[in-house]
Amino acid sequence: MNGDLETVFDVTLTVNGVEHSESVEARRHLADFLREDLGLTGTHIGCEHGVCGACTVRMEGEIVRACLTLTVQCDGKRIETIEGLSDSGEIADLQEAFRTRNALQCGYCTPGMLIAASALMAVEPMPSREEIRDHISGNYCRCTGYQAIVDAVETTLRARAEAAR
Amino acid sequence: MKPATFAYAKAQSVAEAVATLATHGDDARIIAGGQSLVAMLNMRLSAPSVLIDINDIPGLSDIAIEGDSLKIGALVRYTQALRSPLVAEHAPLLARAIPHIAHAAIRNRGTLGGSVAFADPAAEMPACILALGGSITLSGPDGDREVSADDLFLGLYETALGPSDMLTGLRLPLHTKESRVGFAEFARRHGDYAMVGLAATARARGDGIADVRLAYFSVGQCATRATGAEQALAVGDIEGAVAALETDLDPTGDIHASRDTKMHLAGVLLRRVAAQLSEAPK
Repeated sequence: MNGDLETVFDVTLTVNGVEHSESVEARRHLADFLREDLGLTGTHIGCEHGVCGACTVRMEGEIVRACLTLTVQCDGKRIETIEGLSDSGEIADLQEAFRTRNALQCGYCTPGMLIAASALMAVEPMPSREEIRDHISGNYCRCTGYQAIVDAVETTLRARAEAAR
Repeated sequence: MKPATFAYAKAQSVAEAVATLATHGDDARIIAGGQSLVAMLNMRLSAPSVLIDINDIPGLSDIAIEGDSLKIGALVRYTQALRSPLVAEHAPLLARAIPHIAHAAIRNRGTLGGSVAFADPAAEMPACILALGGSITLSGPDGDREVSADDLFLGLYETALGPSDMLTGLRLPLHTKESRVGFAEFARRHGDYAMVGLAATARARGDGIADVRLAYFSVGQCATRATGAEQALAVGDIEGAVAALETDLDPTGDIHASRDTKMHLAGVLLRRVAAQLSEAPK
């Protein structure tokens, strides 16, 4: 039925600056690859159909849903996960603001929330609360702590603007 | 859930993709952005035996003016279209509609062409291309052909594309200074599929408008023109247009909204869009 087409592929991805070569089934999505094959369990799986945002990662610098991206499609690509963003210190201030503003309760949505928020913060120096809410509307917090999450993003942006002065 | 096993091929050219499609027929699906397809695979609502990835095919990511139309390649992603000065100037309806589509992470991957080819009844792109009176270019075993948006959407996820046809681009008429566009939708949360949505175009004539095209989505099996309302709107009769929706549309209630709610919202959207059509876009 498949003719001579393959179902398993050798791929090489750069994840958080480290090159990984693995053999994967075509059906393996990036979230499972990161978690199961590389042991990077900071990328969470919630709905597995692109709605909840818990699996948000960066691919070639742009945020994507890891559950809607096949690993085989990422061959040769650069991926960044919450582990990489944490280690680099890029979002240390945002993470600290999440802690001090109580912007996480169970923490399940937090990695995706941080990566999604960082994408907005990179292009908008001072978005309104409404714009912050719009931007993170694709990331569900089932503890429903949205108010504190918007607070944390806003606080961080204010502090960055202050520091840049 | 996880997708069932499938074979996978990265096509390097349109001809190769079409040939692979022709070999495998209904067992094969084309994957571009995958933002609808991979969700369907994960839920096993779809289980093709072959996926043909078109992401590496050169030349399909271009936005360009060709003659009197704007050509949008099959691999143009929502984010790319939103950042494009050509889209902003020549297809302001898309610039207005795209922010309503899902979320940033999905717009970074999802393609305009994929949305048109998939023909989800609740999606914005099919309604936009229908309102604009655009067309699609497709490649099949017998070569390339052009299908007008009016002839494209046949039913639930059903289009004029044959099993061995691949959509290679969208073609949209260029915006002129007489062009008017309108877009509105109702969704419970930003980025959700709309309960009811409306994309519209018209041409300014004298103090009024002519050539009105109203394309509703999420009110039927596929994007649908409201022809009775179009005629009423063209003579400035907004209330008559709202009344005409009773015969133009026949939505089925779903878990998000009853038939009556959808009909009511369709009228509300029509009044809003009528106001947008009366002025030149900024």
